[in-house]
Amino acid sequence: MRNKKEKIIETILMLCAAVSVLTTIGILWVLLSESSSFFSKVSLKDFLTDTEWTPLFAEKHFGILPLIAGTMLTTFIAIVIALPTGLSIAIYLNEYAPKKFRKVVKPLLEVLAAIPTVVYGYFALMVVTPFLQKFIPDMAGFNALSPGIVMGIMIIPIISSLSEDALYSVPKALREASYGMGATRLQTAFKVLVPAATSGITVSIILAISRAIGETMIVAIAAGQQPRLTLNPLVPIETITTYIVQVSLGDVVQGSLEYQTIFAAGIALFALTFVLNNISYFIKKKFQEKYE
Amino acid sequence: MAKLDAEKVNVYYGDHHIIKDVNLSIQENTVTAFIGPSGCGKSTFLRLLNRMNDYIENFKKTGDILIDGGDIYDKKVRVEDLRKRVGMVFQKPNPFPKSIYENVVYGLRIQGIKDKSKLDAVVENSLKKVALWGEVKDKLQQSALALSGGQQQRLCIARTLAVEPTIILMDEPASALDPISSAKIEDLISELKENFTIIIVTHNMQQASRVSDKTAFFYLGELVEFGDTDQIFTKPVKELTQNYITGRFG
Amino acid sequence: MKQKFDINRFKDNMFKYFGLACTLFGLAVLSIFLINILIEGLGRLNWQFFSSLPSRMPEKSGILICLLGSIWIMVLTAIIAVPLGVASGIFLEEYGKKNKIASFIEINISNLAGVPSIIYGLLALEIFVRILGLGKSLLAGSLTLSLLILPIIIVSTREAIKAVPKSIREASYALGGTKWQTIRFQVLPAASGGLLTGVILAISRAVGESAPLIVIGALLYITTIPTSPMDDFAVMPIQIFNWLSRPQKGFIENATAAIIVLLLITFIMNGLAIYLRNRWQKKIKW
Repeated sequence: MRNKKEKIIETILMLCAAVSVLTTIGILWVLLSESSSFFSKVSLKDFLTDTEWTPLFAEKHFGILPLIAGTMLTTFIAIVIALPTGLSIAIYLNEYAPKKFRKVVKPLLEVLAAIPTVVYGYFALMVVTPFLQKFIPDMAGFNALSPGIVMGIMIIPIISSLSEDALYSVPKALREASYGMGATRLQTAFKVLVPAATSGITVSIILAISRAIGETMIVAIAAGQQPRLTLNPLVPIETITTYIVQVSLGDVVQGSLEYQTIFAAGIALFALTFVLNNISYFIKKKFQEKYE
Repeated sequence: MAKLDAEKVNVYYGDHHIIKDVNLSIQENTVTAFIGPSGCGKSTFLRLLNRMNDYIENFKKTGDILIDGGDIYDKKVRVEDLRKRVGMVFQKPNPFPKSIYENVVYGLRIQGIKDKSKLDAVVENSLKKVALWGEVKDKLQQSALALSGGQQQRLCIARTLAVEPTIILMDEPASALDPISSAKIEDLISELKENFTIIIVTHNMQQASRVSDKTAFFYLGELVEFGDTDQIFTKPVKELTQNYITGRFG
Repeated sequence: MKQKFDINRFKDNMFKYFGLACTLFGLAVLSIFLINILIEGLGRLNWQFFSSLPSRMPEKSGILICLLGSIWIMVLTAIIAVPLGVASGIFLEEYGKKNKIASFIEINISNLAGVPSIIYGLLALEIFVRILGLGKSLLAGSLTLSLLILPIIIVSTREAIKAVPKSIREASYALGGTKWQTIRFQVLPAASGGLLTGVILAISRAVGESAPLIVIGALLYITTIPTSPMDDFAVMPIQIFNWLSRPQKGFIENATAAIIVLLLITFIMNGLAIYLRNRWQKKIKW
């Protein structure tokens, strides 16, 4: 009787865990089925090589490249901001900062990651862009630069926290060996600790990139809605995520080609982040084995 | 009939042969000490007796272990029922992070006993048996974690007694305690002997000679020698035993 | 020899100040943002703002509906996601250690944690809104956000359970406890601090989320207070997004005032989570 109860409980728990698998299957199924109707009307070659994305115009083009370019541009700017800052913070907190300072500052920095992204969108549009326009007068009101910068600030704690954990878990003996040979903290940090923590730091960077690629509200609010194939950070662009928002805001009929484009865009976005997430997962697994 | 019989017991963890062909018979209401150097298999063997090894990956056992004549590894035996008959006290005191009262009654609560007066009686009884009642009777609702190490260990013993086992396994129960607390535990073992069969694993050979009636010496997974404690410590038959108890290795 | 040593010392000191500057940069930006928001929006926070429905005129608009919507979403999402997430976490940590199904589920969850939130919106649009016919209801929104935060709850449940010492489990088993009794009466209570922290952080995340809700079509002009899970709804972040996309200055001011309220909710939840985590970490030294 009680054995039966134990079995029933285990089964219920397993079914709950299975919801995650169903979610993944659901995502794949939805993206694939809707975009397969899309690709029956638009060739994969056009999708990947056409340099214009104008599904909502009279003259329709379905090249994903401008959206990918927009996504990459904002992501690149974000990483340029977040990587040096985040890594320096991690090294500083780990090697230089007094313990008390570290204890107070770490959770405070993590507040940056807890702020809703719509709030960051406001900052990018209403604070950072006007501020930058003082120095760059011909910068447009919507542009890739300021949402990129703000996104960078948002992902600083991803890099700093995870890298700090990785640096922290480097065996003490390694650090002491370096100090023992007369190395300074800086030399120890860059010649011993960072190389030893490479995998953890890499994971943090990949996660940050993946987060930036999938970020929606900041770019939807501040980057504009004009898909264009450009590297110019001062003009309006459109990211994959913004496009999905743009279509969702309008009145698009279910089953229409316009409706299906958001799933095609979604699958491109999913593929990008899926690859990055899996790389980081496998690095993490390998890293765990090494230290266990 | 013996209380506990082990017949040709072998244990493997994966490819490691941990226990080798052990035969052992333990009488009711005696204290048996398992001694031997670290890694000799004495703790593993102890944990066979209430099937605590079941959760270890790649665990494999051959041979039989009989308690009161019944095979405890039989498919029909529910391991939870076995453990109510065979209690266990661990090396480090491990009270639950709950009140003293809840610690003692936990074993009864999970059996579905709710009668408050019965539970109260069991708490008082069990704590009296371990000579803890006087120290804690006014603070039964306080956290068990606030007790000293020695008190915690006696609480853990009381918790085990509350379930009314017939055998109590003790895995180095005093090794984490100071000498005074340790002595109290030893006194307690001598008292408990009247109602329980006790098997104790210990590193401390003085302790083994003080508290036990029988001693089993394990080495590299084998039961080298088993006999009356006096005999083992004064006239061991095997040279290996002699070397160990005189401290030539360890 | 001596001179080289000095150069290294100099570099070392320079980096110290650079690192400090980076840290302070993060904190300074955070402060500037917060101060800016307070200056712009604090004046707009009055009873009228809290008690009014949306309006075409910024000075008559309020956050009543979206604040209630956010509270509805918070409660419904918690009801759906917490039991599911905790149960999954228990299964993976306590039951499924060795088998292939469990490691498959684990890779799965790690992947889901990295899926952009807007993709969950696409999933929900098709499954909840269209196939299950839930429309743009509170229920559809909560289900969407539940799936989104499920990985966070699962991961933190596992961490919290993992931190419970083995000795506690052994003690329970040794007293004749079954696996589930041990989990139910010992492991979960001992892990409750960590568990609660994870749950609060996850729900705080759900409250601030807007992208997937926009995709399911929750950007509506609603003038009735939601009273059941099947009602249409708006939430705080979406109202903020809506106001930000209007050109009139009054609406921007409304947005900043609403941001103050949203940040307050977020900070209170995060602060509570950090407080619980610290208290739990202190208590856990058994």
